[in-house]
Amino acid sequence: MISFNHVTKSYGEEITAIDDVDFTVEQGKIVVLLGPSGCGKTTLLRMVNQLETITKGEIIINGENSKDLDPIELRRKIGYVIQSNGLFPNMTIEENVMLVPDLLGWSKKDKRTRFEYLMKLIGLDAKDYGKRYPHELSGGQQQRIGVVRALAADPPVMLMDEPFGALDPIIRDKIQEEFLQIQREVKKTILFVSHDIDEAIKMADKILLLRDGEIMQFDTPSEMLAHPKNEFVSQFFGKDRAIKSLSLHTVENLREVIGLGPVDESIQDTKTIHIHQDLRNTLSMLLNQEADQVIVTDEQGENIGTITIDLVQKYLHFEIKGKMSASQEG
Amino acid sequence: MKRKKMIGNIVRYSLYAAVAAFFIWAVSNNYFGYIFTQSETFLVLLRQHIVLVLVSSVLAILIAVPAGILITRPKFKKAEWVVSNIANLGQTIPSLAVLALMISVLGIGFQTAVFALFIYSILPIFRNTVAGLDSIDKNMIDAAKGMGMKPHQILFRIELPNSAYSILAGIRTAVVLNIGTAALAYVVGAGGLGVWIFTGINLFDNGFLISGAIPVTLLAILADYILRKIEYVVVPKGSRRIEKA
Repeated sequence: MISFNHVTKSYGEEITAIDDVDFTVEQGKIVVLLGPSGCGKTTLLRMVNQLETITKGEIIINGENSKDLDPIELRRKIGYVIQSNGLFPNMTIEENVMLVPDLLGWSKKDKRTRFEYLMKLIGLDAKDYGKRYPHELSGGQQQRIGVVRALAADPPVMLMDEPFGALDPIIRDKIQEEFLQIQREVKKTILFVSHDIDEAIKMADKILLLRDGEIMQFDTPSEMLAHPKNEFVSQFFGKDRAIKSLSLHTVENLREVIGLGPVDESIQDTKTIHIHQDLRNTLSMLLNQEADQVIVTDEQGENIGTITIDLVQKYLHFEIKGKMSASQEG
Repeated sequence: MKRKKMIGNIVRYSLYAAVAAFFIWAVSNNYFGYIFTQSETFLVLLRQHIVLVLVSSVLAILIAVPAGILITRPKFKKAEWVVSNIANLGQTIPSLAVLALMISVLGIGFQTAVFALFIYSILPIFRNTVAGLDSIDKNMIDAAKGMGMKPHQILFRIELPNSAYSILAGIRTAVVLNIGTAALAYVVGAGGLGVWIFTGINLFDNGFLISGAIPVTLLAILADYILRKIEYVVVPKGSRRIEKA
């Protein structure tokens, strides 16, 4: 758990970079720091591992005030991932990943076991990749290594500064999925900086939206999309926030509320979609193909019904827009 | 592309031909004779030359590399331009002037020559050390810091290995230049192969001149070759590729 207690950072009298920020990242949750560039999100992140100083207030990490901790010790207990992966070109992949365990004096055997486990997490062969150098890997692979390097000493807390920002959209999407998968297994407390709204909606348990070092809103993604607290928040998420919010709902949610359409055996070649797929992807799939329906499959791969644009629209109307307008009236 | 390669080949082979012609000319006139007829003197001069280069180069490395490291530390960063300018200034004074000036302080002989060569070797080593350390990606240092590496660990495990190529290139430049400049040691009576070169010039004797000059050239080529080999061993495999790219 990371608690920010009225944290302020100012440069001299004039400039306030972080203004009285107060929030908590719960154990095992991801909080995404979101906002336009220069809003102070990276500064806020770097205050946690003391790469930036705190002018006023305090940051409590798992019950300990960060000010009372030795910065070197503290940083070794916090995983740190940066955008340009920060891998060291003079070291092999194994040396890179095992750097913090090495600093902590782990035995050779422990390091080996841990390395094999971590490489398994990201689906790379430990034997093959261990001896390679960073420049021999693709950008996506390098970033994966950057992520597992931060996980190496099994730190309870992770700081991620736009970790997937430099990747192309397709790879980014894949690595985000992969990372969420890993997170379900390792359950770290994560502070994640992003300027990408879609990424924030996808990754966050809660989003902290910042402007000029001030908190605009701290909420779950769906709350933030449905009930923006002020003009800035609603503008930041844009006019299409209803569509954006579709990515927070799955086909299964839709089935529970309004049910799926019947399977029409006469139509051939329709595509299928998995029941846990989100509705935003479903909608784009519907729009991209000529048939006006796709078949929904369950975990066993059985066809359990169909979904159409009309159904998505209906769901959007009832579930999302309905809630949005209700809140505006209230 | 093909044209470029062809021109490259023509230049290369004409160069080889010129060198070969030179050797044939020199050998047929018996210009290398002194190396064999006065081999004892030759070996003494050669040893003097090598010792001059070795002592001054090692001293320069011992001073310039740590100075380069020190000046790139955050605490001393502000002093960088002062030190760089002093090092540059040292390089602008003509080598003969340094020798002449130093005679009045250190007298005639070995120490004066070593001092002058040392002054000349400092700049390339210092400058390349600073450039190598400065060229390291700041994000990489940030990552190292954020992972909890101590400053000395960052220096020895990240900064130095990744700037080794640049530092060694500086040392190589300095040593090769040094071998040539060491011929001037004769002027202050410190011996070396310059003795034969200057004798040759003074007496219009091509034999002395070439018997002194060719070994100096070969020495420089040999030193360059050996230092490249060392570079290959010292520079980490991973950062080697990046330097080339």
